[in-house]
Amino acid sequence: MERGVGQAMIVELGHFALVLGLMVALVQAWLPLLGAARGDRALMAVAVPAAQTQALLLLIAFFALMHAFVVSDFSVANVFNNSHTAKPLLYKVAGTWASHEGSMLLWVLILALFGAAVASFGRNLPPELKARALAVQGMIALAFLAFIVFTSNPFARIDPAPLEGRDLNPLLQDPGLAFHPPLLYLGYVGFSMAFSFAAAALIEGRIDAAWARWVRPWTLAAWACLTGGIALGSWWAYYELGWGGWWFWDPVENASFMPWLLGTALLHSAIVVEKRDTLRAWTILLAILTFSLSLMGTFLVRSGVLTSVHTFAADPARGLFILGILVIAIGGSLTLFAIRAPTLKSGGLFAPISREGGLLLNNLLLAAAAATVFIGTLYPLLIDALSQGGDKVSVGPPFFNATFVPIMIPLLLALAVGPMLAWKRGNLSAAFRRLAPAAAAAMAVTLLAFLLAPRGPVLAPFGLGLAAWLVVGGLMTLVERTGLFAVTVSQSWARLIGLPRGAFGLALAHAGIGIVVAGISGSAWQEEHIVSLKTGERLTIAGTVLSFVAVTEGDGQNYQYLRGEFVQLRGERILGQMWPERRSYPVTRTGTTEAAIDTSVLGDLYLVLGEGDESGAYTVRAYFNPLAPWMWIGALIMMFGGFVSLTDTRYRVGAPARAPSRAAVAAAAAAE
Amino acid sequence: MRKLGYAVPALLFLAIALLFATPFALRLDSHILPSALIDLPAPEFALPPIEGRPQTLGLATADLSGKPSIVNVFASWCVPCLAEHPMISRLAEEGFTVYGIDHRDPPDAVGAWLDRNGNPYARIGADRDASVSIDWGVTGVPETFLIDRKGRIRHKIVGPMTPDIFAEEVLPWMRELAR
Repeated sequence: MERGVGQAMIVELGHFALVLGLMVALVQAWLPLLGAARGDRALMAVAVPAAQTQALLLLIAFFALMHAFVVSDFSVANVFNNSHTAKPLLYKVAGTWASHEGSMLLWVLILALFGAAVASFGRNLPPELKARALAVQGMIALAFLAFIVFTSNPFARIDPAPLEGRDLNPLLQDPGLAFHPPLLYLGYVGFSMAFSFAAAALIEGRIDAAWARWVRPWTLAAWACLTGGIALGSWWAYYELGWGGWWFWDPVENASFMPWLLGTALLHSAIVVEKRDTLRAWTILLAILTFSLSLMGTFLVRSGVLTSVHTFAADPARGLFILGILVIAIGGSLTLFAIRAPTLKSGGLFAPISREGGLLLNNLLLAAAAATVFIGTLYPLLIDALSQGGDKVSVGPPFFNATFVPIMIPLLLALAVGPMLAWKRGNLSAAFRRLAPAAAAAMAVTLLAFLLAPRGPVLAPFGLGLAAWLVVGGLMTLVERTGLFAVTVSQSWARLIGLPRGAFGLALAHAGIGIVVAGISGSAWQEEHIVSLKTGERLTIAGTVLSFVAVTEGDGQNYQYLRGEFVQLRGERILGQMWPERRSYPVTRTGTTEAAIDTSVLGDLYLVLGEGDESGAYTVRAYFNPLAPWMWIGALIMMFGGFVSLTDTRYRVGAPARAPSRAAVAAAAAAE
Repeated sequence: MRKLGYAVPALLFLAIALLFATPFALRLDSHILPSALIDLPAPEFALPPIEGRPQTLGLATADLSGKPSIVNVFASWCVPCLAEHPMISRLAEEGFTVYGIDHRDPPDAVGAWLDRNGNPYARIGADRDASVSIDWGVTGVPETFLIDRKGRIRHKIVGPMTPDIFAEEVLPWMRELAR
């Protein structure tokens, strides 16, 4: 019984730390603000230990919950509802954030860790800005912690404790989904930093290049994580849901995509604030809206309100709380914006053909794209809410294809041109001259695609051409900045080494989008075969013969499986084997299909085992998804590009402003 | 005048928030949402079977009378539907008549979904443009309607059927309707 008491203590300790965290947030939310208003240094300085204590307390709470999951303490309701002793350890750990309550705790923990990072490393921040930004962080933490403690307590107990848990939904027992929420949350919460700084700047009534330099690394980190999170979610849908689709424009996906679109815009407009000291109010607005959408993403997805408004009414306490937080956070910050933004000194006008002009175009198109997705996502809910359940509309992929895609095409076309333009005054024809290789590559790829794959949708070869334009255009920014082909190779090499990391980040992220576009275009040539197959029979797809050898049954750690064995043949040569599986989880009485996927550079061979009938025939679905892996590789490259930029010493959080090395100065001078 | 421009985002947000909040505020007193169709005959409809699956039957108003039945609105792209699928299958196993309305789904996608997860439905109507779902007042998938032997909608479950709803709402209702 000793052990039992110890476990109980850990859970109570976690609960206690959580409540204490709420108290600390209360202090952090207003004392530093008061201090900044009165010019009282001592009060302002409270923000630092408060943020650090907050992070420590929430770490204790989070690990206490994780401990309860790992040791399967079913006296905790959350563990009982989402875990089982037989569940693999990875999913016990991931179970900590798989439920609504746990995920909220993870969210606020990340928030506190970021806050502590600003508190600890932001020594060269102006004290007022720091105090106010941390106070706003404190307010967000306060709202979340109150929500957790009062409506979604992860430490709630069941007495008497059940002997066994209900297990986690098997669809969620998957490595892709174990890491999807943390990445997504790192993105959402990262944008809270931009939001806090924006609110602090509005309260202060000042925003300048230094402000932008502070906001950019957080935005960049948030953007990179969100990119990874979205890609992971899409990849999971692709291999786990079992029909080879990867994006469905469903509200839950859109909820993470909207902050991504606006976050991308914010990332770019902050550059304009930093370099040209203009677009200030717009950048502040973007910071507010990006985080507002992140908040909506967090809450609406978890509350299920996006699938049906009625989930709100199913739990009025939570629904009202969420609504309250959204109204105060979004409404409050936008009101602050309405009052204070006009007092911000507005920057100068600038030429349309210039780097900043290009970035403005990027912002307009991204904002329009986000607005499109926003309307498509919320319109059906709005109509439903307004008509009291009378009129219904449904918005599906056709809407998004007709509205979102036409906005993205000019954006992608302009994307390669922008970085080629100089600040202040660009030269469009010179930019196009520099992009000649990209244009040539685009045309060559389009033609080649038409010749090699004459059947299929007309737009797909153009999609591949666009991809080539983006990839080569992205790489050309490096060619341009190193003067490759214009100066000697060793000189170019020296310049390349001297380039700021941000230049590599830009090239990688832009080329990465191209690779994603290639993957998306490739899906237009998808091949699909659905057949009823008995063992010993064969099917042919994309030039590969699949021979159905056998079906075996067996037990996994917490499931039973039915596994098909297929041999891949080309002619009579054996290329490999594939094992598509159907799993059934006895505890939750649910099943999953595990597609067998054979990935190559050209695409994925995707095989799913369906139901069997009395005669011993199984429904087998085989797909060939051309270029599908490129989508995730491209997203990975984009994310990597974001992290490379983040290592740029110019944005290092808290690093004292260092004199750039001589090589970097030379390279920058050469590039200007 | 320029100052007003900065207030536009806040005003827009206010408008959206009000639009959403008013109905909630009115509804918050009850946990269970009334459906306009409760105790009324199911709206007239006739849906074809899923394309390319000749062995399945379509669904029409006439199929709903004669014995109590359960009409489950689902879609292959809807994750909660997959989550509640075992409950729906259990209803069929327990001998209840379960019909499906397939909501906005490409035929091959729903076919594949049924192959993979099993088909508990005695009949499935393919509602590709959601016109029947609209008549039925479906606000999202999944939704489940419990129908008596005269073809009247008696109870409605919004969202996925959990084991609790299964045991505490659906089973008692169906036993009542079968009497």
